[in-house]
Amino acid sequence: MDEAQAVLDSIEGTVGEIAVDNPKMSMRDVDVFYAEKQAIFGVDLDVANNEVIAMIGPSGCGKSTFLRCLNRMNDTIPICRVSGSVMLDGDDIYAADQDPVLLRARVGMVFQKPNPFPKSIFDNVAYGARIHGLAANRAELDDIVVGSLKRAGLYEEVKSRLDAPGTSLSGGQQQRLCIARSIAVSPEVILMDEPCSALDPIATARIEELIDELRENYAIAIVTHSMQQAARVSQRTAYFHLGKLVEVGDTNEIFTNPQHELTENYITGRFG
Amino acid sequence: MQSNTLLLVILALAVVSYFFARHKAFGVLKSNGSVSARHSLPAHYGYLLALWCAIPALAILLGWKLFEPGVINGMLVDSLPQQVVDGGDSRIGLYTNDINNLVEAGGIESIADADKQAAAQKLVSLRSASRLVLTVLVLAALLVSLLVGLRHMQPQTQARVIVEKFIKVILVSCASIAILTTMGIVLSVLFESIRFFQQVGFWEFVTGSKWSPQTAIRADQVGSSGSFGAIPLFTGTMLISVIALIVAVPLGLMSAIYLAEYASARTRSIVKPLLEILAGIPTVVYGFFAALTVAPAIRSMGESIGLSVSSESALAAGAVMGIMIIPFVSSLSDDVITSVPQSIRDASFGLGATQAETIRKVVLPAALPGIVSSVLLAASRAIGETMIVVMAAGLAANLTANPLEAVTTVTVQIVTLLTGDQEFESAKTLAAFALGLMLFVATLLLNVIALYTVRRYREQYD
Amino acid sequence: MSDTTEIVKASLARRYRAERRFRFYGVLAITISLSFLAFLLISIVFRSIPAFTQSSIHLDVALDAETLGVSENPDYAELRTANYSGAIKKAMRERFPDVSKRKEKKNLYSLISSGAEFQLRDHVISDPTIIGGNTVIWLQADDELDALVAAVDDVTNIGDVKTRLNEQQRGWIAELQQAGEIKTRFNKTFFTNGDSREPELAGIKAALFGSAWTLLVTFLLSFPVAVCAAIYLEEFAPVNRWTDLIEVNINNLAAVPSIVFGLLGLAVFINFFALPRSAPLVGGIVLSLMTLPTIIISSRAALKAVPPSIREAAQGIGASQVQVVFHHVLPLAMPGILTGTIIGLAQALGETAPLLMIGMVAFIVDIPAGITDPATVLPVQVFLWADSPERAFVAKTSAAIVVLLLFLIVMNAVAVLLRKKFERRW
Repeated sequence: MDEAQAVLDSIEGTVGEIAVDNPKMSMRDVDVFYAEKQAIFGVDLDVANNEVIAMIGPSGCGKSTFLRCLNRMNDTIPICRVSGSVMLDGDDIYAADQDPVLLRARVGMVFQKPNPFPKSIFDNVAYGARIHGLAANRAELDDIVVGSLKRAGLYEEVKSRLDAPGTSLSGGQQQRLCIARSIAVSPEVILMDEPCSALDPIATARIEELIDELRENYAIAIVTHSMQQAARVSQRTAYFHLGKLVEVGDTNEIFTNPQHELTENYITGRFG
Repeated sequence: MQSNTLLLVILALAVVSYFFARHKAFGVLKSNGSVSARHSLPAHYGYLLALWCAIPALAILLGWKLFEPGVINGMLVDSLPQQVVDGGDSRIGLYTNDINNLVEAGGIESIADADKQAAAQKLVSLRSASRLVLTVLVLAALLVSLLVGLRHMQPQTQARVIVEKFIKVILVSCASIAILTTMGIVLSVLFESIRFFQQVGFWEFVTGSKWSPQTAIRADQVGSSGSFGAIPLFTGTMLISVIALIVAVPLGLMSAIYLAEYASARTRSIVKPLLEILAGIPTVVYGFFAALTVAPAIRSMGESIGLSVSSESALAAGAVMGIMIIPFVSSLSDDVITSVPQSIRDASFGLGATQAETIRKVVLPAALPGIVSSVLLAASRAIGETMIVVMAAGLAANLTANPLEAVTTVTVQIVTLLTGDQEFESAKTLAAFALGLMLFVATLLLNVIALYTVRRYREQYD
Repeated sequence: MSDTTEIVKASLARRYRAERRFRFYGVLAITISLSFLAFLLISIVFRSIPAFTQSSIHLDVALDAETLGVSENPDYAELRTANYSGAIKKAMRERFPDVSKRKEKKNLYSLISSGAEFQLRDHVISDPTIIGGNTVIWLQADDELDALVAAVDDVTNIGDVKTRLNEQQRGWIAELQQAGEIKTRFNKTFFTNGDSREPELAGIKAALFGSAWTLLVTFLLSFPVAVCAAIYLEEFAPVNRWTDLIEVNINNLAAVPSIVFGLLGLAVFINFFALPRSAPLVGGIVLSLMTLPTIIISSRAALKAVPPSIREAAQGIGASQVQVVFHHVLPLAMPGILTGTIIGLAQALGETAPLLMIGMVAFIVDIPAGITDPATVLPVQVFLWADSPERAFVAKTSAAIVVLLLFLIVMNAVAVLLRKKFERRW
């Protein structure tokens, strides 16, 4: 406990450039509390358009918690409290006049474990479009579903059985289905919370390719516990430790020449 | 000896043998201290001998007491005068009852009727003979089993293993009582129903639309041949159950949704037990309330808008029953809604769905099998519910779908048929068992389907 | 801003209205259910109030041997059969001397309960020396008087309150009231009498005893059997068809309509084994079969909650499986098992239908002294009274329900306390 506290106290500010030009999302001085316990300490970070930013760090470092702040998924946990500013296109998403429903339509999320609805593949992808009323008629809905499945690289595998339950797919397919489901709403940002942690290496490779393709249209923030994955898919990497953002920078830079001692220890495998 | 005395003797002997065997085992263990000799505690030897001693005798005593009344009665009937036997079962029943009472009262010598006196004497002699045989049997069993048991009291006897085996046999038997009960229900209901269907055709029963179970008590009575068409009872039961479900399903389901998805832990911990009180109130209370308060209220409401409402309307009974079964819907629905994994809720929220949208379009469809089975269980409860309908629904077997009229139900008729003064063998009484069979089969089907569905559902998310 | 943003923004107001509506339906459903519960309880408690009080009339009764029809020094048998009702009637006539017509006299006598003569009898038997003189005694009033006095302040001006008492009778009552010769007090009779055709004499003591005997039988049969069954299923049962069959049976029995258990009791225990009708013995057997599944299911849950580490610890020092269960697991699970048992017994206490089948609906005045005496139980007494035409029985029925509910509340409260006190987080 005291040792951890000492480490925590030793982290002062963030090494590296946190800001980008024209940020899609911009977080400043974000604190997160679970009841009395503080989980995130004053994090500043920008997310740019058309980039993948990876968040890495040892388990319990707060990276997932931070990610969930970005589309207010923490709202569903009653004891969770967020302070600081989280800007999307210059608007604070925690402002009183901001709407979580609209926010989440703009900032989609893919979860750690594939979580398809117990509905058909088609209904899974159509769900978001239906609740938001994005399709005026059946034909438009079909277009949205097929388009999303294609972009998620799943269409060829499932086109003959769109009525089959989403849960009947394999793990990797389920996760791509969840990604298709997210992009069917045409979000601007996609948050991914360890999207490959429940998948085998082959399925992981498919998802990673997909993430790289999606970068053309979206800003993507991905939490991962795999440094190799961060190195493969991301342009920038943020290293979290005990709820603080220790270091941010160009991915190649971070992995080849980390500035902070903690980052170096983590990357060289001395703990984590 | 009286059977109570016999019981005491058996128990006393069992206690004595326990202490005797334990004492002896102590002695042996003291002189032979090796580990193998300590396989069982002295108390185990005590229990073993006590069991040896008591079980056979107790079994004989119990079996005897179970079958004694029937056998003695049979022997008594065989010895009755011919004219009584000719009078049929009811006559015999009355006669033997009479004799039993005479014997209980004492003073057989003063009985005026010679036949009765003979029969009474026969009964007394049968009883004393039975008692004598029983005493001899029990004492002999005690002696034999005690001797056999003592022969088994050797240090190499694995007393603990045997005692524990015996305990397990008792445990299995207790668990198997559930099966025995089901068999008892099936057999008793089925057996009487078959006798009923010998008198009244099965098809007449399940397809007939006229129900008037009054059978002639004397052969020369007019117009009381009795008709046993159960269709009006089935439709009446359905009508009331459907009304009950129309009340209970929306209220129960919406309550469950609110408690599972919206309510704070505190609200939930207060409201949930309060709702469950509804299922804990005895049904006779609901019946009283339905008959005294709800039915007149519905009647006067109906009359104020110009409707004629029966004072025993199906609506009153059904509505009150619906309130009673709310917890059956809400508790199980609450369980299944809560067991829908949070991850798919998150997925829906993550796409920007509101809470109501998430519940309606994701949670409820996912929980549907469980909700359906909760409704089926509630329906089975409604069909089998007795007191509310006995007190608030009618007796007249109307074939109608109008909830403002009086209808009768299967359970009402079972109660009516069996609480009147009727001899057991008549078609009227047997009809109650045929109705009971229908009720049992219907509720069993609903339960099996419901339990199967909910089990499949649980497997899906476990 | 993309298309999505525009479209979603446009629909937000509508969607939030739907959200609020949906939430409101939930609150509404709970409110309706709970207000029905409250209405039910309040209306029954309210209706029961008159039954807990009892009016009596102050009367100066002349106990001359002639009116009573006894000798100068009567023995006990004579005293038991003396004409007390004659004495009471005479006293009533003396109290209202100007009543002369036959019909009016009859109306006058009807103000006093028909149970009053037994009251007077017991009074005289306790002290026979008062014969020959006058005695002042408070005698039980008729139920109509009772109800009227409880309902209105001024009996001569009753508004739209319904009563069978005519104007003249009400006049007498008013006169008695003014003279302070009617008083209302707590109704002890209700708790010390058995059933009666006369509402003012009817009590629940016989039914309470019947319920107690029946519950005793139920407990003695169902508790050990259910605990053994639960232990077997939870600790010993191998995974095989027989175990499956037992589990399926238990689950199904839990949902078999109670009236079917009544049919079982009638066919098997009364007709086949020739056990006595209307007796707590058979009632208890039937109810224990009914409550078995409840107790088994909750006992299994309690046993399951004991962590495996306890079992392993005991097994590790060489205890046999039976010893593990009986020395360690069962004692730890006992509070949970008891809680389940109490809840099961509370269910049995409120059960009516199966008892109708086995003849416990008889009109029972005597207090049952054992498990083979004819008896009735509290809920059946409620059923019987609810069927009675006399209006005063409405209050009696409600009062019996209140007593029944009190017992249920106490039992459930004990169960909850037990669970709270012994709740253990492993």
